[in-house]
Amino acid sequence: MSDLQVEAQSAQAAGPESRTVAADAWYQLRRNWVFWVSVVLIVGISAIVLFPGLFASEEATTSLTGGCQLEDSLEAPGDKFLLGADQQGCDVYSLSIYSARTSVSVGLLTAIGTTLIGSLLGLLAGFYGGKSDSVLSGVTSIFLGLPFVLGAVVLLSSVDLPDIWGVVFALTLLSWATAFRLVRAKTIEAKGQDYTLAARALGAKDLRIMFRHILPNAIGPSIVVAVISLGIFIGAEATLSYLGLGIQPPNTSWGVMISEAQNAFFTAPWVLMVPAGFLTVTVLAFILLGETVSDALDPKLRK
Amino acid sequence: MTTSDDVVVEAVGLKRLYPITKGILFKKKIGEVRAVDGIDLQLMRGETLALVGESGCGKSTTGRLLMGLEPADGGSISVLGDDLAKLNSRQMRAKRRDIQMILQDPYTSLNPRMNVATIVGEPFAIHPDALAGRSRSEAVRELMDRVGLDPSMVNRYPHQFSGGQRQRIGVARALALRPQIIVADEPVSALDVSVQAQVMNLLLDLQKEMGLSYVFVSHDLAVVRQIADRISVMYPGRVVETGKAESVYAAPAHPYTLALLSAAPIPDPAVQAERERIKLSGELPNPADPPSGCRFRTRCWKAQEVCAREEPQLVEISSGHSVACHFPQREDAKV
Repeated sequence: MSDLQVEAQSAQAAGPESRTVAADAWYQLRRNWVFWVSVVLIVGISAIVLFPGLFASEEATTSLTGGCQLEDSLEAPGDKFLLGADQQGCDVYSLSIYSARTSVSVGLLTAIGTTLIGSLLGLLAGFYGGKSDSVLSGVTSIFLGLPFVLGAVVLLSSVDLPDIWGVVFALTLLSWATAFRLVRAKTIEAKGQDYTLAARALGAKDLRIMFRHILPNAIGPSIVVAVISLGIFIGAEATLSYLGLGIQPPNTSWGVMISEAQNAFFTAPWVLMVPAGFLTVTVLAFILLGETVSDALDPKLRK
Repeated sequence: MTTSDDVVVEAVGLKRLYPITKGILFKKKIGEVRAVDGIDLQLMRGETLALVGESGCGKSTTGRLLMGLEPADGGSISVLGDDLAKLNSRQMRAKRRDIQMILQDPYTSLNPRMNVATIVGEPFAIHPDALAGRSRSEAVRELMDRVGLDPSMVNRYPHQFSGGQRQRIGVARALALRPQIIVADEPVSALDVSVQAQVMNLLLDLQKEMGLSYVFVSHDLAVVRQIADRISVMYPGRVVETGKAESVYAAPAHPYTLALLSAAPIPDPAVQAERERIKLSGELPNPADPPSGCRFRTRCWKAQEVCAREEPQLVEISSGHSVACHFPQREDAKV
C-alpha cells in the first residue's frame, strides 16, 4: 500500500500530466469509500498488533500477574469485564487484543512467503520455459489439487516446528501455487513483448531482463492476490488452531480462543463471539482492500 | 562502394526453421515451418537494403537473425567481418554496439513501467563505456535532442507520448550505442501517414549524419521507395528478386514484384486510374508445406509445367539485378 502512495505522490510531483498506472489507481481509490473503510480498519488492526498495551493491559491475560481469577469464570460482560471473561476468568477483550499479533503475523508471513516463492519460481519457469517449466507446472497442479485443510492437518501432525512457524510453513507450502501460476502467465506474456526483445537486442543479460523488464510488469496481480489471501491465511490459522494443530497454548491466537470457547458457547457466547468478531473484521478488511486495489489497477473495470 | 571491405553485413544461405510439435510433456516434431529458407544478403556501408514482402514471408525473421536474436538453422551471418555463430556471449554483447534495431510497434516496444530517461539510458546501463565520459542524463538529453524530442520530457512515461514520439524514443534507444548498422523492422508501418514521413526523414537525416547502414524491413513499397538503395523481394522464405531500387522499380522482372508494385498506389489520380492492376488470387503458400518447384507458381498467371518441376534460382539479368523466375518480365515490357 505505502509503495502505491509513494509512487502516486512522486508522479504528481513530476507534473499534472505525468500520471502512471499507480497514480491513476490512486485517483480512483481516493473516491472509493470501501477502500477507506478497509484502510481505517487495517490501520486500527496494525495499531493493535504493534502496540497492544495501548488498548488493554497484559496483566489481565494471565494468572501469573493476578489477572485471571477462576472465581471470575464465564463472568458476563459488565462493569468488571467489558466483554466478559472466559472459563479461566481472563478478560476476553484483553486476550483478543493480545492474540491479534499472532494471528496477523501468521497471515503476513504466509502472504510474504507465498508471494516470494511463487513469484520467483513463476518468473523462472515462465522465462526459461522448456523442461523445467513443464516439471514446475506439473508440481503446481499437484499442490493446487491437494485439499487445503487435509493437507495442512497432515503436514502439521508430521512436522514439529516451534510456535507460529509450523503454521506458516504448512500454509505457505499449500498456497504458493496461486502466485506461481499468476506470475508465470504474466511472465510468458511479457517475455513475448517487443520491449523484452529490444532489451535483448541491447545486450541485456537474463537477470536484467527478468528483474527490470518482466517482473515489474508481471507482479501486479500476485500482489493483489497476496493482500486478499492475507485475510484468508488469518482465517486458515484460526481453523488449524481450532482443530488443535495450529498455535499451541499457552501461546494464544484468535483461533486458539475460539477453540477454547466452544464448550461454553450456550452459557457464555461472548467468549466465542469476541475473538470471532475480531477475526471476521480483520479478514474482511484485507479482502476489501485487495479487491478495491485490484479494481483500481484494472483499467477495464473503470467507470 | 562495392569492394568487399565495404560489406558490413553478409548472410549466406541463411535458414530458420521452426519445428511444429505435438504433445505436451513429450514433444514430438511433426513438421517444420521454413520461415527463412536459404537466402543471401549483402549490406554495404552507408546504404539501405530493403527487405520487401507480404506478411509471413520471413522478412522480420531475417531481421532478427541478423541481430543474432534467434539462432540460424543453416548458413552464416557475418557482421563487420565476424561470424555471429562463432562469437561467445560476451563477444556477442560487444557486437551489439555495432548493430541495433528499431521495432515495428511503438506501443509495445517501450516498457510501460519505465520512464523515458530509463528507457533511453538503458543501453548505457548495459554498456557503461559507451558513455565516453558523459553522465548518463547528459547522454540521454543529447539523444532526445538528436531525434527531435524535448529533453525536458525525460521523466514521462511511454503512454504519455503519441505514436510518432514513441517511435522517436525507440530510435533514440537504438542510436545510444552509436551503432554502424540498424535493422529497422517495419519502423513506420504502425504510424499515421503524416507521422510516417517525419520519422522517415529523421531516419534519412541520421543516415547522412552518422553514415549508418540500414536493413529496412517493410511491406510498404511507397515507403521503401523513399529510402532504399537496394531492394530484395521475399516470397515465403526466399529472395525472388534483388537489385538496385531504381532498376527494380523501373523494370520489375519477377511476376510477384510486378504484382506488388501494381498494388502500391501512385499519388496521381490520373495515372492511378489508367494503370492496370494485377490482382493476385489466393494466399501465401503454407510455409510448412511449400509447393514444389517455384513457390509462387500457385498464384502466378505465367506458371507452366516447368515451374512445378524445377525451383528457379537467382539469375543476374542486368548489372546487380537478379531474379528467380523461369519466365522473367523482359526489361522493355511496360508494367
